[in-house]
Amino acid sequence: MKKLLHTILLFICLSSVNAQAGGVYQKPDEFINQVFNNNPPKAEVLWLNKDLKKQITDILDHKYNGLRIRYWQQSENSNRKSVWILDEIGKEKPITTGFVINNGQIELVKVLVFRESRGWEVRHDFFTDQFKQARLNSDHNLSRSIDNISGATLSVRAVRKLAKIALILDMEISKK
Amino acid sequence: MNKELMLKSALAGAMTLGLAQPAFAVTDEEFKTLQDQFNQLADQVESNSNNSTSNTTVGGYGELHYNNTSNGESGAARKEKRELDLHRFVLFVNHEFNDDIRFFSEFEIEHAIAGEEQVGEVEVEQAYVQFDLNDSTQLNAGVFLLPVGILNETHEPPTFYGVERNPVEKNIIPATWWEGGAMLSGQSNSGVSYDVAITSGLDGGTDIRGGRQKTGKASARNLALTGRVKYTGVAGLELAGTVSLQDDMTQDSTDDIDGATLIEAHARYNVSDVTLTALFATWDIDGDGASAANKDTQDGGYVEASYKITPKFGVFARQNEWSNEDNIDKSQTDVGFNYWPHEDVVVKFDYQAQNDDAGNQDGFNLGLGYQF
Repeated sequence: MKKLLHTILLFICLSSVNAQAGGVYQKPDEFINQVFNNNPPKAEVLWLNKDLKKQITDILDHKYNGLRIRYWQQSENSNRKSVWILDEIGKEKPITTGFVINNGQIELVKVLVFRESRGWEVRHDFFTDQFKQARLNSDHNLSRSIDNISGATLSVRAVRKLAKIALILDMEISKK
Repeated sequence: MNKELMLKSALAGAMTLGLAQPAFAVTDEEFKTLQDQFNQLADQVESNSNNSTSNTTVGGYGELHYNNTSNGESGAARKEKRELDLHRFVLFVNHEFNDDIRFFSEFEIEHAIAGEEQVGEVEVEQAYVQFDLNDSTQLNAGVFLLPVGILNETHEPPTFYGVERNPVEKNIIPATWWEGGAMLSGQSNSGVSYDVAITSGLDGGTDIRGGRQKTGKASARNLALTGRVKYTGVAGLELAGTVSLQDDMTQDSTDDIDGATLIEAHARYNVSDVTLTALFATWDIDGDGASAANKDTQDGGYVEASYKITPKFGVFARQNEWSNEDNIDKSQTDVGFNYWPHEDVVVKFDYQAQNDDAGNQDGFNLGLGYQF
């Protein structure tokens, strides 16, 4: 067992080299720059009216304190793309997730900051790719089924809720 | 003047300006200024609202159980259980020191009342500091749950079916199992993750569940090494295997019960509303004393199928088989449902049927669980 202990201690030491800020996979600014090829539009603000706030509260299943939500939008020919950076708590800490909505359907989901003790699997492409092409049904559910991750139920639930909210918000700004 | 009053005054002033200006034909520049002022005010209000969440968070869960089971006998041979039990009441207190260092704890009261000659216990099941070594590697140091099985780490009532935790993970693994020590955890982009832990070991001889020292003045003469590899690289799929090497099951190298090895493996596949689970675990305990007691091999497994008929209602069936002693093969069948009136609140019902070796306790269980 002593040899094993030495090997593990060595492994820990090696892992400590190149230490970076944990939990931040990509800064929101970098995500926005990447989506818009380093030429992002100016951030706009959507004020939440009573109806919109109720829809968000219903999806989250708890109170939402914000007054407005920032977004970035670009339209080219008939193509309209919006980007949303949204937070929701999985178990204890907010999971910050970026959403790109293209003409009313999800183009990209990326977990940007994750600080929960468990459920980190939601950051991986195999999970977030499930959201691609998802739209909102008339009953405000996602048009695609999102499979759960065992042991990451609360994180999955949080990202699923945020995806619905991003689509609802996009629908709202499309009316403008 | 406090901050809230100042904000209200400022907001009232800005609104007055905003309402008054149109009568004087607001220029684009003035309108832009007002818009900026509103946004600044909103920033401040939202910032104040967010400040109510500190770096310390509190959470918890609990479960109340009603058990109504019996062995069907009468007279002196009858064994029955008709109990109402606040089985667990748990508080989590966590703190984030900075972006890279955080603290997690789990404080539990079992069976409502603890103390001398009382039925319950007060336990600290988790109290560890997590250090991020890089964005995919963490070091946990302190008291933590061992990375084994399905329920050991995730056991909040709304996350599993059945009022009581399944008997295989309880009696073989033995969940809930926590130790003091250090654990290195890492995750790769392919969906493979690993955990390697050096901890205090068991100290109960062939009594695996009774051997948990719970980090209360735990003997650390003979440590344990536990490793898990998990694959979650396909949506809905989890494959995991754990090996735990116990240096000495009595913390005494002079007796006739020596070290032990636990091997556990499980698979869970969730597609749409159906979840299928299979778990197997086996202990091999060394030493003549373990063989003489017919307890050198202790193993068990279960298979479970569940189906969520609606997002609020799901049904399940589970077959459990386990043995803590040669020629005593216990089995239990569970069927039942979960109803979630809220995603963090669950009402559970199940019917259980046991064989003779398991005690032949047949009957139903009813539970209320919650997490926050």
